[in-house]
Amino acid sequence: MKFENERKQILRMSGVDPKKCMKCGKCSASCPSYDEMEYHPHQFVYMVDKGDIGPLLESESLYKCLSCFACIERCPRGVEPAKLVEAVRLLAVRKQGQNHMTADDVPGMLDEELPQQAIVSAFRKYTK
Amino acid sequence: MPAGASRPKYKRVFAGEPEGGAFSKSIPSVTFPVYEVKTMTYSYYPGCTLRTKAKELDQKGRAAAAALGITLEELPEWQCCGGVYTTAKDEIATKLSSVRALAAARERGGVLVTLCSACHNVLKQVNRDMAEDEDFRNKANLYLKLDTPYAGETKVVHYLELLRDVVGFDKLAEAVKNPAEKKIGAYYGCLLLRPGKVMAMDDPENPRIMEDFIRAIGGEPVVYGMRNECCGGYMAMEDTASAVKKSTSVMKNAEGAGAEALITACPLCLYNLTKNAESDVPVYYFTELLADALGV
Repeated sequence: MKFENERKQILRMSGVDPKKCMKCGKCSASCPSYDEMEYHPHQFVYMVDKGDIGPLLESESLYKCLSCFACIERCPRGVEPAKLVEAVRLLAVRKQGQNHMTADDVPGMLDEELPQQAIVSAFRKYTK
Repeated sequence: MPAGASRPKYKRVFAGEPEGGAFSKSIPSVTFPVYEVKTMTYSYYPGCTLRTKAKELDQKGRAAAAALGITLEELPEWQCCGGVYTTAKDEIATKLSSVRALAAARERGGVLVTLCSACHNVLKQVNRDMAEDEDFRNKANLYLKLDTPYAGETKVVHYLELLRDVVGFDKLAEAVKNPAEKKIGAYYGCLLLRPGKVMAMDDPENPRIMEDFIRAIGGEPVVYGMRNECCGGYMAMEDTASAVKKSTSVMKNAEGAGAEALITACPLCLYNLTKNAESDVPVYYFTELLADALGV
């Protein structure tokens, strides 16, 4: 399998067993970012399982997950797709020079009321 | 669900709590003679935003607690929790600031009170990791070199849990001087209740703690469908349009249910619901309405 190393890392990092998925689609139905995603939570599950990881690593969908834990809470099979999204995202941003956001981007995104919490959270999600 | 499995129960039971301890009570109105006297001072973790953009959440919360006989002692030299919890098992460094806070609270009464939904979420999840994930616990302890290794002994308690389980909502109601007297929607958002098994403070899909709070301060709770759906969170920075869409749909849903105001425990929710949502319904920190109701 072409992305076998990536697949192993993702499964180990996330602790997810994609084989448990029964493809009910509840994760994607629950996802508040569904409309903004090219690949939806249920697709992450079967694409990681199949080793079809290249497109996921390149996709903007990685940066649309809000970590709201809705799919983790509502998955009837305990697959918890957000953990896979998180693992693929980390695999992407851990590569040298692959940060999705840099400190130089931040001033342009600020306004008076924006809470620090947003900046800290975005950096945790988008950079290494 | 496999045969024989039962649905998770959201009883308010905390690991390590002695029988009859305050946080294992499922009935909010009981009194705790010995325990109460010993623990009316609690360690408190404000977090980065409560010192800056969300001063109202912090200051009103402290003032209201004092009026109810509870002292919140700010943890010395706390560090930012990081805002979001990562579910990746090999992320160690990003969770260490939380472990430091949790270990410090262990030496200061063993209960850590949080107010911000995000801090609450991160601290509770990291605490769970320290208690249950041996590999993570060992790595974190090797790095931190604490005098006594930390293994999740501290109980993380949200301010709302403190009101419900220590003060009691009926006692709170008795202390109200200026009833809120309006229709108020509780906005839980995502981080206060999920994952339900770890937050363990209420039913994550059909919660009532904030509605009970609203009743206690003399308001009328308005229940609406999107009260536990995400406001758009940190996406507000990079993709404002997406945050506008999500927060507007929450506000329209609450408006449609008749809410005259919304309450939240999260600075980022408040930002999105006021700044990014197309709605005129005001959004407050729940501690603002609490302090008003108590006349402090």
